[in-house]
Amino acid sequence: MKRVIYGALGAVMFAALTSTAIAQTKLTIATVNNGDMIRMQGLTADFTEKNPDISLEWVTLEENVLRQKVTTDIATKGGQFDVLTIGTYEVPIWAAKGWLVPLDNLGADYDVDDLLPAIRAGLSHEGKLYAAPFYGESSMVMYRTDLMEKAGLKMPDAPTWEFVADAARKMTDKAGETYGVCLRGKAGWGENMAFLTATANSFGARWFDESWKPQFDQPEWKNTLEFYVNLLKDAGPPGASSNGFNENLALFNAGKCGMWIDATVAASFVTNPKDSSVADKVGFALAPDNGLGKRGNWLWAWSLAVPAGSQKTEAAQKFVSWATSKGYLELVAAKEGWANVPPGTRTSLYENPEYLKAAPFAKMTLDSINSADPTHPTVKPVPYVGVQFVAIPEFQGIGTTVGQFFSAALAGDSSIDDALAAAQDATTREMTKAGYIK
Amino acid sequence: MATRQTGIVGRLAVAPSVAALFLWMIVPLGMTIWFSLLRYNLLDPGNESFAGLMNYRYFLTDPAFFSALANTLKLVGAVLVITVVGGVLLALLLDQPIFGRGIVRLMVIAPFFVMPTVSALVWKNMLMHPVSGFFAWIMKSFGLQPIDWFADAPLTGIILIVAWQWLPFATLILLTAIQSLDEEQKEAAEMDGTPPLSYFFHIVLPHLARPMTVVILIETIFLLNVFAEIAVTTGGGAQTSNLPFLVYAQALLQFDVGGASAGGIVAVVLANIVAFFLVRMIGRNLDA
Amino acid sequence: MARKQPMQRRVITTAAAWIVGFAIFFPILWTVITSFKTELEAFSSPPKFLFFDWTLENYTIVDERSDYFRFAMNSVVLSVGSTLIALLFAIPAAWAMAFAPGKRTKDLLLWMLSTKMMPPVGALIPIYLIFRDSDLLDSRAGLVAVLFLLNLPIVVWMLYTYFKEIPGEILEAARMDGATLWKELVFVLAPMAVPGIASTILLNVILAWNEAFWTLNLTTSDAAPLTVFIASYSSPEGLFWAKLSAASTMAIAPILILGWFAQRQLVRGLTFGAVK
Repeated sequence: MKRVIYGALGAVMFAALTSTAIAQTKLTIATVNNGDMIRMQGLTADFTEKNPDISLEWVTLEENVLRQKVTTDIATKGGQFDVLTIGTYEVPIWAAKGWLVPLDNLGADYDVDDLLPAIRAGLSHEGKLYAAPFYGESSMVMYRTDLMEKAGLKMPDAPTWEFVADAARKMTDKAGETYGVCLRGKAGWGENMAFLTATANSFGARWFDESWKPQFDQPEWKNTLEFYVNLLKDAGPPGASSNGFNENLALFNAGKCGMWIDATVAASFVTNPKDSSVADKVGFALAPDNGLGKRGNWLWAWSLAVPAGSQKTEAAQKFVSWATSKGYLELVAAKEGWANVPPGTRTSLYENPEYLKAAPFAKMTLDSINSADPTHPTVKPVPYVGVQFVAIPEFQGIGTTVGQFFSAALAGDSSIDDALAAAQDATTREMTKAGYIK
Repeated sequence: MATRQTGIVGRLAVAPSVAALFLWMIVPLGMTIWFSLLRYNLLDPGNESFAGLMNYRYFLTDPAFFSALANTLKLVGAVLVITVVGGVLLALLLDQPIFGRGIVRLMVIAPFFVMPTVSALVWKNMLMHPVSGFFAWIMKSFGLQPIDWFADAPLTGIILIVAWQWLPFATLILLTAIQSLDEEQKEAAEMDGTPPLSYFFHIVLPHLARPMTVVILIETIFLLNVFAEIAVTTGGGAQTSNLPFLVYAQALLQFDVGGASAGGIVAVVLANIVAFFLVRMIGRNLDA
Repeated sequence: MARKQPMQRRVITTAAAWIVGFAIFFPILWTVITSFKTELEAFSSPPKFLFFDWTLENYTIVDERSDYFRFAMNSVVLSVGSTLIALLFAIPAAWAMAFAPGKRTKDLLLWMLSTKMMPPVGALIPIYLIFRDSDLLDSRAGLVAVLFLLNLPIVVWMLYTYFKEIPGEILEAARMDGATLWKELVFVLAPMAVPGIASTILLNVILAWNEAFWTLNLTTSDAAPLTVFIASYSSPEGLFWAKLSAASTMAIAPILILGWFAQRQLVRGLTFGAVK
């Protein structure tokens, strides 16, 4: 019996010693719980096989929680994460503060010039790339081909807002629970304000003028808000003022929306027969404009970055390189088909005939992304970058406050003029407090 | 009844709890008060500077402050009424001999098991949504227009959700308390032919006075800090933001630690005021 | 105690209780049912109760994607651990306050409750900094300490309430019979307070189980409990109702089991009549 015990102890010690012989670097990766990231998590084995000395620990959270945790951690140098998933909002701000490691070690065959120029610009600071894009998106119009036909209309590739509004009203049948257009209304800087800011750009409006004075008292914002509220009142679903991306997706997939103007990534959801009851009846068009030179589409890229001060930058960059490389796209295509490849990052993807065949929305997505310019988002000049947001740290709070006022206007709790005045006051107050307005 | 020996032992028995809570209170509180006097933004570390009462001034002159204050009080008041009254009634009902009592008890207590975020999501989207929610379906079946809860009556919607979550808490405490109601008194009342209403008001209710006070005081502390339900359903706004939501906006949207700390202190002051009044009104029940 | 209740009355109260119970339980039942639907059907209008394609795919997806057992284990350790430690501190304290009250007892009770007045988000940064500097971020020990301190006031209050129901004379009698303080607590007080202690344990384990602010902000992966698990299923971009329902059902399941056992302790008529 003793021999058995000693033998077992010896085996355990042997195993313990030999397993520690391969020193493993553990990378803790913070990421959003969106479908493409979940897919990446499922393909971890591919990375760990190629890099046996690195193990991956995934922390997957919903966007708001993730952003709070990651920001708190990086600002206090808590050191909890080795790879961060952040967006085109955080990268310019954090890179300027020196909180991110410049990604200059991504490997010889990474081909950084293959990245779509608009996205690359949004993730760079002073010429260096600080985050590698995992997937990119813009916004566009998704519409029901059958309902358009029934209304006797044909959607052009690049519609105007006037056309869209008219089409929406014609497609609406409230008694039959068909609503001409579903748009975001839930309050939040990344919810309704993302849509409204991008739309306002196409109406010639801007958040701030060159001396950082808020512009809600100008006619352009009033036109935007009036258009939006009236359109949803006539052609939008009930509950619009608390509908965000997911609520509208559910409505569209259940067949209740004639049009939906939202993120290009939604395209793969609405055309998936497993999740959508209208999968084969969807058409795509560019986000509308008013002929002023800017369309109402936005630009966003979820990207992977490495915090400065990390002890594991080499391993982290290896991971970042793997996850955003051409090889990764091919891996996903092999395992789950080209339609499920993370979109919007590389030019080579959009030149790949197999991808274009599998994804009917590919061209529209590419055109939308390419036409968005975060460095010059508006008709009139502005002191900030960002298409559907303003890349200043204060924007999350200001955007949410203004979003609340506009959501109240949509719900009918406040008049449009009151909402604009409140937005102007609140924003001026915050910008003065933060020292932008002297 | 307390001998001198039990007096000393009593103090020793309480000491560890007091010490632990004192540390837990004083360290964060001290730091929070200190931060509230600084201009300290997390995204601009290393640039802190003393700012005196500036953060307080900003927080209290925020146009959203007064509506947040009102919403806080409305939410707490309404949920308290619903849960205490409902709790008493449910406790009485569940005290009766009924078939399958264990299962019914579990069903009534279950809402407390669900995470507040999940509750709010389920209520908002699966029950209250005016197009695809369950309530909408019922109303449409009767030919009525579904209510758009979060546009027309957002605070009411949130009150409903929060009350649903906290009803089990009140019920459980009150039910346990009712169990200890003296059997003999109950039998005597029955034999005397006391009408049930009189029995309720003169025997049951006074017996429940202390547990009801405990429920009210504990719930108030939690309800003053309701946050998840508001963030998930409406994302804030004049109709639904409460004080903790304003503090959250400062802390995790603006990352303004100074402002958030000031807001936190203001919330503590408010809670103390509310507690003071509550204790004045019902506090004597604690020693009864 | 087995009084003969008229059958009719029993049936009526049973019916009333079941209707009320069912109404209160309905949202949870709906969540569980939804967890067996496909995403497409989860949102269908009119809603479907029984006649749809029941599927286990959501549970499979959740199981493949997240390490449920690690999260659940953490939840158990954090909730049960913090509650037991709280009981250790609170039982003597509540005993003293209930049976040997002083002038300051009520003030002490109120002060304890006042430690919960700060909105957690206002104290986030101070606590985060302390945890960072003491290397407690993402540690079970740190979270158990926080949850213990958060719930200690509640445990003290609840035990105090239940202890107050117990006639002091019984304890006096035991003491006069020569019982030491320890024996008095363990063999006389505790058995009489079982329903109270049971409901206190249940409620506090639940409060700790569902505590979603500190657990989300102070943990990353090692100490992450089920609240983090749920946060990884809520509100992604895309349809998620069925999966979230499955994840929620998996998160509530252990508590439902605990609740079933605990509520059986709420047995009526424990001893008082007999003692008298």
